[in-house]
Amino acid sequence: MTRLDRRGSDHAMAVALGLAVVVLCTVWAGGETTVAAQPPEAAQDEFVPMGDIPPEDQLPAAPLLVAAYSVVWAIAIGYMWTIWRRLGTVEQELADVSRRIGEREQSQE
Amino acid sequence: MRAIETSENMPENSEGRGQLSMSKRLFPVLTVVSLFLFVTAPIIIVRAPYESTMGLVQKIFYFHFPSWMAMFLAIFILGVASGIYLFRRTPAADRLAVAAAELAVIFGLMGLITGPLWGVKAWGVWWQWDARLTMAVILELILVAYLLLRQYGGAGSERLAAGLGIFAMANVPFLYVSTEMWRTVHPRTSVVPTLPVEFGIPLWWSFAGFIVLCLALLSVRSRLEEQRATLERLYLALEEE
Repeated sequence: MTRLDRRGSDHAMAVALGLAVVVLCTVWAGGETTVAAQPPEAAQDEFVPMGDIPPEDQLPAAPLLVAAYSVVWAIAIGYMWTIWRRLGTVEQELADVSRRIGEREQSQE
Repeated sequence: MRAIETSENMPENSEGRGQLSMSKRLFPVLTVVSLFLFVTAPIIIVRAPYESTMGLVQKIFYFHFPSWMAMFLAIFILGVASGIYLFRRTPAADRLAVAAAELAVIFGLMGLITGPLWGVKAWGVWWQWDARLTMAVILELILVAYLLLRQYGGAGSERLAAGLGIFAMANVPFLYVSTEMWRTVHPRTSVVPTLPVEFGIPLWWSFAGFIVLCLALLSVRSRLEEQRATLERLYLALEEE
């Protein structure tokens, strides 16, 4: 082996070693990236039944029940009040017109 | 000179005055009975057992179902009175129809509000556009249309409104059986006749309260219509003179 050949062989060895290091680093680094990209736990592939909803997820029923009963009472009382008001207005007007008619009849007599 | 007919001496008003006095007598009795039923209903409802799947929120049903039943009664009265007015032209029937239509809107509103309050807990959503709920909204809208027509329709709108009243009554059976005919999220109406006694007592107690309240309100609302009609006749008599 000539001196030139030996130098070329050393050069090729260095290049090969360098490439091997680069490949190893890439594989190592890539592996780390892939592992980092995975979710900490596997995706949910089934639904598990449960007896009761946790208390923090439960919608309280009592305010809804109270609201429902309150609404019914409020509507009934409110409606009764509007009828009373309208009836009062009409009866007042009726009394007024009756009085005017009475006065006119008296003046005509 | 002919004496002007006042609300006291109008012969044509004798029928109306008879109805007025009847409504005057009926209203206090009906109001006291409905108040008694309404005040005692929550006590009976609290003592009723919880339903196994819905729990506490199921107790809304004791006001929700009777409010629809009271609405159906009001619509039935509206439909029959509208029919009588349409075929016989009886003014008293027309006035009764107006009163009943307003009551139907009021009781329908109660049902439309209490329903979603139950639904948000039972279904997880306030509203679903399924057959039962959509038909209920349409019926309420028909009744609102009736009242708008009476308010702003002008002369001759009574006959058109009477047709609408009959149409509203025709919708009721379809609404009632909608849960049996179509697949809906709403509980079926067959739940009611099969209720155990401990659920049935508070339901029928509230039902009685709503029906008596409906009749009490109908009597006083009809009185308002009668008084308006009398006032109109008096104004006409004044103008004639």
